[in-house]
This record gives sequence, C-alpha cells and structure tokens, in this order.
Amino acid sequence: MGNAGALAPINESLGEYSQLFMLLAAMVYGVVFVIFALDLAKTNKSISEMDSAALKRDEEMLVGTGAAVAGGNRKRRGEAGRADNISEEIVTDKMTYTSFSAKRPMARVAVILMWMAAALHGFGVVSRALAAHRVPWGNMYEFLTTGAFLVALVYLIVLIIKDLRFMGSFISGLVTLMLCAATIGFPTPVGHLVPALQSPWIIIHVSIAVLASSLFAISFAMNVLQLLQHSRMNRLAEGLSDKLPFMRVVPGAGALENFAYRINTIAFVMWTFTVIAGAIWAEAAWGRYWGWDPKEVWSFVIWVVYAGYLHARATGGWTGPRSAWLSIIGFLCVVFNFTIVNIFFNGLHSYAGV
Amino acid sequence: MAKKQRKSKEIQDAPALGFVGSLRWIWTQLTSMPTALFLLLLLAVAAVPGSIFPQRPSGPENVVAYLDQHPVAGPWLDRFQMFDVYSSVWFSAIYILLFVSLVGCIIPRVKKHAQALRTPPPRTPARLDRLPQYASHEILEGESDTPDDDQIIEDSCKILKKRGYRVERRDDATGRSVAAERGYFREIGNLVFHISLIGVLVSAAVGGAFGYTGQRVVVEGETFVNSLVAYDSFTPGTAFDADKLPGYSVKLDKFDIVFDRESESHFGQPLDFTAHVQVRKTAQSDPVKQELKVNHPLRINGADVYLVGNGYAPVITVRDGNGKVSYSGPVASIPQDSVFTSIFVLKVPDAKPDQLGFQGFLLPTALVDENGFGISGDPNAINPQLHLNSFYGDLGLDNGESQNVFVLDTAKMKALNSRDLDAGGIRLEAGQTYQLPDGKGSITFDDLKRYVALDVNYDPGKLPIGIFAALALIGLAISLFTPRRRVWVKLKHEDGKRSIEYALLARGEDPRLEREAGELQKIFDKAWPLASEEQNQGAVNG
Ligand code: HEM
Repeated sequence: MGNAGALAPINESLGEYSQLFMLLAAMVYGVVFVIFALDLAKTNKSISEMDSAALKRDEEMLVGTGAAVAGGNRKRRGEAGRADNISEEIVTDKMTYTSFSAKRPMARVAVILMWMAAALHGFGVVSRALAAHRVPWGNMYEFLTTGAFLVALVYLIVLIIKDLRFMGSFISGLVTLMLCAATIGFPTPVGHLVPALQSPWIIIHVSIAVLASSLFAISFAMNVLQLLQHSRMNRLAEGLSDKLPFMRVVPGAGALENFAYRINTIAFVMWTFTVIAGAIWAEAAWGRYWGWDPKEVWSFVIWVVYAGYLHARATGGWTGPRSAWLSIIGFLCVVFNFTIVNIFFNGLHSYAGV
Repeated sequence: MAKKQRKSKEIQDAPALGFVGSLRWIWTQLTSMPTALFLLLLLAVAAVPGSIFPQRPSGPENVVAYLDQHPVAGPWLDRFQMFDVYSSVWFSAIYILLFVSLVGCIIPRVKKHAQALRTPPPRTPARLDRLPQYASHEILEGESDTPDDDQIIEDSCKILKKRGYRVERRDDATGRSVAAERGYFREIGNLVFHISLIGVLVSAAVGGAFGYTGQRVVVEGETFVNSLVAYDSFTPGTAFDADKLPGYSVKLDKFDIVFDRESESHFGQPLDFTAHVQVRKTAQSDPVKQELKVNHPLRINGADVYLVGNGYAPVITVRDGNGKVSYSGPVASIPQDSVFTSIFVLKVPDAKPDQLGFQGFLLPTALVDENGFGISGDPNAINPQLHLNSFYGDLGLDNGESQNVFVLDTAKMKALNSRDLDAGGIRLEAGQTYQLPDGKGSITFDDLKRYVALDVNYDPGKLPIGIFAALALIGLAISLFTPRRRVWVKLKHEDGKRSIEYALLARGEDPRLEREAGELQKIFDKAWPLASEEQNQGAVNG
C-alpha cells in the first residue's frame, strides 16, 4: 500500500482518548452485567408471585367446586414452564417480545445502558482508527476491542427484533472481559502496521473473521443455555425440584437449538470466507496459500468442527445435546485460536503485538 | 426416520455374500453419514499435533532443534510422523477415506437429484388443513372482477411461478388444484459445494506435483538467473520438469527499509520494505525496472517471486597465510532483533595452509554498553562494526555431510581471536583490515550491503483452487440459505360457495415458512375478491 513515506502520522493524543473511552465503556458494561443478573433474579421472583397468585385463584375456584386436591399438581406444571400460559407470556419460543417483556424494568435499564456503553465503545474504536489512519485491527489489543464492540453491536441489533435479554449477562460479561483483557493484558499504543499487514485484505479477512467469531459466541451462549434447559426439563419431568428457576425466562431447549443453528450457519459461511480470504492473502504475503501455520491449522480445525456440527444436525440426526456439544467445542476452538495460538504458538501470524 | 430404515436394510444386505458382498458392505459403511461424520471429526483432531510440534516443511531447523532438546521423546514422535503431520500416513489415510466417502455420497445424490429435477411436484394431499401453514378464503361472487375456476387456477400458477416455484396444474376427479415446489437449488448448491471440495484437493495435489519452490538470497548488485544451480534450496514436485524452468532473471539494484522514527512506543518498527529490481523475462529481453514488496510479489512467466526476508551482507576479503585472496564477496548475516544485531559466520575453506573460520556479530550502529559489550543502537547502518572470533584448522567440510552455513563447527579448529585470548576479539569498522595473529592471514571489511531473501514459487494448482474455493463458498451459501418448500392451492366447492385453500410445507429447516405464508396471503388477497378470512396460520404441526 503506497509509499511508507506517505503513511500519515499517528495522532497519539487521540489514541489516548480512545483508550480512555475503552475503559469507560468497560465500566459501563460491567454495570450492565450486574443489572442483567439482578433482572434474572427479580424476574424469577415476580414469576413466582404470579404463579402463586394464579395458584391461589385456582384454589379458590377449586374450593368452590369442592375439588381442592388439584392445586399441587397445577403448581408443578407451572414450574415446568412450557405447559402453562403464564410461562407462555414470559417467554416465547420464537423469542419475540410479549406483554410480560414490559414488566422487566431492570432489563430495560440494562439495555439502555448497554447502548450507551456501546456508544462509548464505538467512539473508542473509531477514534483509534482515526488516530492510526487505518482499520483498528492490527494487533491483539485492537482485535479484542473491535471484536468486543462487534459482539455488543450484533447482540444489541438482534435485540431490537428478538427478545434475547436472557443472554444479557453472558454478552455483557463477555464484552467486559474482552475489554479488560485488552486493557490489562495487551495494552498497545497506536502505531502503524508492519508491512505484511499493509494490504486491503486486512479489511476483508479480519473483519469477517471477527464478525463470524462474535456470531459463534452468541450461538455458543445459546447452546450452553440449551444444555442447561435440557437437563432442567429432564429433572422437572422426573418430578424433581427446579434448581435453576431463573431459566424460566429462557426459551425452551428446542427453540434455542434452532436459533443457534441458524446463527451458526451464517457464521460458518463467514468463516469459510475468512479461511479462503486468508489463503488468498497468504499467497500474496508469504508466497504460499496454505502452509499449516498454527493459525491456519486451528482455523481449519474450527471449520471442520462446525462442518461436523452442520452434518450432525442436517443429516446425521444428531440433534439435541450432542449437536450442542459440537457447537460448544467449535467455539472453544475459536477462543483457543484467538488466545493461546496468538500468544504462545510461534507462527507467521505473530502480529499479536505481544 | 429415513436413516433408521436404511440401517435395517443395510443389515439385511449384510455380508455372507463372499468377497464382492464384503466389498459392497465396506463401501456402504464407508459412505454412510455416521462414518463421514466420524472421519470429519477425526480429521479435526488429527490436524492438531501439527500446530504443537515443529513441522519439517515449514521449519526443518526447528525440528532439528527439537530433536536435540528431546533425545528420548523426539525420535518416538518422529516415528509417528509428528514432524510431518500433513503428509503422514495417518493424516493422509483419514482425508483420503473421507474423500472416498464423499465421492460415494455425491454420486448417488447427483443421480437422485437429476431425477428429482424431472419429477413434477407431488400430488395434492386430500386434506390441506392438516399441514403446518394452512389458510382458506371464500371467493366473493358476483363482483365485476370475480374470476372463474380456470382463471383462479391459472392466476395461482402465475403467482407461484413468479415466486420461484415450479408449478404443476392438476385437474382431476377430486377437483382442481396447483402443486408447487421450490428450492431445487438447495441440493444443487450442496452438490456444487461437495464437488468443489474434491476439486480443491485434486488441484492442490496436481499443483504440488508439477510445481516447485525455491529460496535464494540476493545481495544488492547481484542478479538471480532462474536455473536450478542458482537456488540456495530447491524443492521440486514429483512431476516437475527442470527443462521447463523459465529463464528469467532478477537483478537487485537497491533495497530500502523505512523505519518508524516518529512514534515513541513503536520506534524502530519497520514500515516498508522495497526492493528495486530489474527483471528480464527471458535472457534476450530488455530489463524492466520494478518494485518488489511484501504483499506485492513479482509474477513472471507463471512463477511468483516473493520478498520474504532481508538483512545486511558485509562485503569481506580474506587473505590466507600465504597472502593470497582466499575469499572475497558479500556474506549474508542473519538479523536477530529489531535493531538488526546479526549473526555472522564465514567459512574460508580455500585458505592455506590452514582453513579459516570466523563467527560473531554484525552491529549496524555499534555502541558499547556498560559491560563493555558491543550492541546495536539502530537498525540502520550508521556505524557498522563486525565483532568476530576467528579460528584456524579443519572446517570439517570434506566428509561430504551437508553443513549449516550459519553454524561454524569448531571441533577440529583452534581459536585465534576471542575475548578469552590475549589477541582478543576482532573489531572491524567498514574499510578496516585486521591482521590475524601468527601470520595466519587477514580479514578486510570492505563495505556493507543489504540482501533480500526471495522465495520463488510455481504452483499451477493455484488458479483452479481459487475457482473451486469460490464455487464451494457460493454452493455452500446457496445450500444453507435456500429454503425448500411445497405449496398447494386448491379450489373447493361447498354448499354452493367457492373458496380457495392453500397450504405450505417446509422440507427441512425453514424458519421463514410463516413469513412466506403471509406473503402469499397478501398476494392472493389482491389477486381475487375474497369474502371472508378464515385462517389457521401458524398451527404447529412440525
Ligand atoms: C470433506 C468433508 C466434508 C465437508 C467439509 C462437508 C461439509 C458440508 C457442509 C458445510 C454442509 C452444509 C450443511 C447443511 O447443508 O446443512 C454439508 C451438507 C451435506 N453433506 Fe457434507 N461435507 C463433507 C463430506 C460429506 C460426506 C462424506 C458426505 C456423505 C457421506 C456428505 C453428505 C452431506 C449431505 C447429505 C449434506 C446435505 C445436508 C442437508 O443440507 O440437509 N458430506 N456438508
């Protein structure tokens, strides 16, 4: 890309502002995390109240007709979630907003705060880009901060049409963690890119990789919840007590699985593109399109694991927990590729700035 | 369900049929989906060791170092091909089996889909209201634009065709209806994807067989003429033909590096490498000036030349004990850090009466640290110095074993200069000459040049791989995002009233079926005057 003499000078003070805004954003995300967690607890409580109110009504009616015994039964079904209409109001398997949604003031505050955090965060990312006169994803600090921004943004956008607030603590927790890791683990002042990274491919290859990863993160969270919901349902079906009552604001296991699958298909196509774009770039930068560099190995492993996941679901009949595990393993590989491989494995991809 | 049935059929077909029967049984097993899935996951696991252990193709020197450090585990790992994972027997076995399975999977699916493409959409079910998405509307009679039966059926056909359905009109004893199906491209995309994967693998194999890679260090002022002898190392494919090497040449005029001089935090980070070269496409053609940069290889006659490294090459003259020039020329040194502190090794086998060897460091901008050691203060050559030890004796080059040029084997040599000896180490600035002790000769540091390390790569598989990869991506997206749906529209006469009924059925995952039902309803509402609405949308049957 052009002549190095022509590289515009770094604006270091803007870079410092950027770092400050990242910190502020991290703090607000932390608060969001707490509020989302409180919301789960509180919602759980108000559902119980609704339950007992409904129960009381039922009992009064039943007493009137002289059949008081059914009460206990009624309650158990209520707890089981799906079978009774209170739960239907709380959360639908289509993950759309219901009349009950409005009764979660905490969650609404959390979402509004999260938009504010994302605005601060977005300013941090954009000012970093302006300070460096390039895309802000050239080292580990920048991968983490931009990646976290995309995770938050994708989540907030999906939140407009789908009620995914049940994942709020996971997402805000993840984003806080990523920002803290960036600031504490990999603080890197703004700088120019090394020559190998000076290519238009960095814009395409890295942005799609980060976007795919953030989608994988969202489906990972859903698959974890799916497993929890699955075992909870099994317990309830056996008549055992509900150990995770807050899971009542979470959709059913099947709905989570299907939604996660849809996200994974999109992310998988993006990942395929990432790998191909990476190969094209490697051909220009390193003289070969594929050389089993550690990063390439793990990108391949990720690709194959998710291909396995798609096969398992589409044709192998491996639905339910087994396919969820494949998706979870896939995401753990993504995390591994992003952390351990970047930091500890020596390869051509050692641009992590560590 | 279908899978279970197939399984029980397999069991009925199972062996007892002798050799051919067994082969058929193995084939059925291999091409079954569970096997493919197992092989796929196994492939992921098998790829991992290659990221943990050093690999010969990408860094043979790292493998040697690893074997040195792990004298017990190393050879065992080597026996299991852990240093050549991607060409190992076990890795190859997995992916070859996987691809055989893939072929066995694709062929019947191509046949089946070819048939499906020629088969009309299935017959109209007797009771549409049992399907997941169902609606029925009464036709408003007596309006000026009230259509007759024929018109309605024809309109439905048109509407559905426009929405990408394949349409079949059915007029039979039970009534008039339209059967429609869409999403044939799903399977086509899927087949294109899988076939393209085979294309990628085959292209990689063919490209590897006919191609070659080579490395060469070129110092400023030198010319690299493409021929086998000109390479420092050369790895041909199995089907490579040396006569086909195109005879181009590349002369390195000058190599420039730009370092970051402004940023405090990134001071000294390289920002740009530019090799100014002159390229002759053939021995006869005129030289053309070009720039070779990272990310911008030279593409000459199908071969590609990449800039993969650089460093300093001090120009040295060595005179031996007899006063004769026994070495003269540039010596490439290997940079170790960001200020280009570089390892320098020079072997002078032609020196008489004793062979001479030098090893030490080149410091582009020599400074002296608090312990009296020379260090480099800057990557640019502001005050270049060579800090060397010297040896005489037998370089050990005559026993035919190949030696690393950057390692001096001092087993059969005696030290002449080093910090530990009275003579001390050698410290040379550009232009200076040092007389070796005991009349063993002299060494002159004439000049300092830069060199570039070039990778030359010819791989005829590149373009086909690119095409297949693109096809795979397109096929994949089509196969994942094309919904397969069936729609039936039916005319019903009941109690003297006419109504249209329609129902949608998803084949496979289809989260947008409901939306499609809504769209169809809107269009039908506009197409004909409809009286009432009696719907059953979104009833969950599936
Ligand atoms: C190199 C190995 C393979 C890879 C990377 C791979 C990858 C994929 C991917 C990404 C899909 C899309 C998933 C979907 O449509 O839901 C797919 C679908 C499919 N694959 Fe493979 N595949 C491989 C081998 C095989 C083999 C060996 C078979 C047959 C035994 C097979 C049969 C199928 C079938 C039937 C589908 C269609 C699933 C559907 O759309 O419902 N694949 N494959």
